[in-house]
Parts: sequence; structure tokens; C-alpha cells
Amino acid sequence: MQLKTQSRPRVLTVEVMEDRIDAATAIQFKERMRDITRTGDQRVVLDLARVQFLDSSGLGAIVAVKKMLGPDRPLELSGLTPTVEKVFRLTRMDSIFTIHPSVEVAVSHATGT
Amino acid sequence: MQPAPDPFVQADTHDLVLRAEPASVRAALLAVTAVSPVADLSPDLRGTVELVLAEVLNNVAEHAYADSAGHVAVTVALQPGVLWCEVVDEGAPMPGSTLPEGRLPKDDLPEGGFGWHLIRTMTRDLQYRRQRGTNRLTFIIPLQE
Repeated sequence: MQLKTQSRPRVLTVEVMEDRIDAATAIQFKERMRDITRTGDQRVVLDLARVQFLDSSGLGAIVAVKKMLGPDRPLELSGLTPTVEKVFRLTRMDSIFTIHPSVEVAVSHATGT
Repeated sequence: MQPAPDPFVQADTHDLVLRAEPASVRAALLAVTAVSPVADLSPDLRGTVELVLAEVLNNVAEHAYADSAGHVAVTVALQPGVLWCEVVDEGAPMPGSTLPEGRLPKDDLPEGGFGWHLIRTMTRDLQYRRQRGTNRLTFIIPLQE
């Protein structure tokens, strides 16, 4: 599970470099996210622009990461592709995440510029 | 395991047998979506089919074969306006021999319990039968967009 991170003063962006987060990789994704967010307190933007497929295990892992970060360190999402967006919409998990059209928009929101 | 008898001899069908574990499920999804009839659908419908099959097959791997290893057979057949699907395994039966209702979990941040909700939302005519040690799940996916 390849994740590319970029740390800014007020936002940590995590770009998923895989085209799937599924039952085969969900646990690995969760563990990598735990390692990446172990230090720091910036808000976290998870960029899913490359992810073409997310199943319920992958969705559960993303929710678990949000829970792990706690209420003071929001997890926001960006770049949902159509099938990924559908999973969030059908499970109504689109209502518990702030979802940005792109990582650039997410970053400008997060820094308030 | 014998592949299921194909009731749609005229239809455009595809079937395969796979090991019921996550990496094989992923490979099977890539295989099913790469050839007819699923490959001929629009990207949106292909995504729907892949998601439904992923949820069904991962359930088989995780629950039916929770305590053992085994195989699962998938058949997809194109019919007018729908994709007919059948999934057969020889694992443990569904609890109570009935399908879960698929209600969304009630907690604020649920980490699971989405699978049957997704399956029920995207399919029609979902039927489950337990017979002579096999689970047989059939359903259709409407192809109108």
C-alpha cells in the first residue's frame, strides 16, 4: 500500500497511490495511516483521486482512520472517483466526511487562503 | 465443484471458480470486469457490478469460509435489461438460513455492516437457497442508468 504524504504547517495531505482499497488491502491501509499520523496535529486530507475502486472493507478502514484521529484532528477527503463516490453516497458516509473536489481545493480550505 | 447449470444458453455468459480469499477475489473481479458481458457495459455499470460482486464474494470468504478454506463459483449472464448473477459456495450456511436485512449501522462512525446494504441497494430479486451443503445466491443487477 503506497501512500504519498506532504506535510504543511496546518495540513497533512496523504495521496493514495493505489487504484484500489479493498478487502485485500484494508488492514494494511489502516496500519499505514496510523504510522503516518502518529505525530503531528494538522488536519489530514486523504486524496483518493487515483482510487478507482473501494469496497465496504475499504470504506470501513477509512472510517476507522477518522475514528483513530479523534474529534480534534479531522480527516477530510478529496478527489472521489465515480464508483468511490457511489459507495460513500449509498452508505450515507458522505454526510460524516468533508469531501473536497480536489486536493488543491482541500488544502486551500484547510489553510484558509 | 461443478459450475452451476446455465439456464441462459443463448445469453452472453461468463463464469469462473476462485479461491474464497481476498487476493483471489480481487483477481476474479478484475477478470470478470475485463471480458464480456461486463466489459461491454458503461464504466458506471461496470463499477456497480464490480462492487456488488466484491461484497458478495468477500462475504463468502469472510463468513461462509470463516473456519475453512474453499472455493466459490460465479456466473454472470447478460439478459435483456439486466445482468443475472449466481454465486455458489460450499461453506457454512447463512445464519438462520436467511439473508441479512442490510440495514445501515446505527453508530456514528460504523466500521462495518455496509456490505448487505450495498448489495440490497444495487440488486433486485435477491434469492438464497441452502441445498445439500451448498449456498446458492442469485440476483439481478438492473442495467438502466
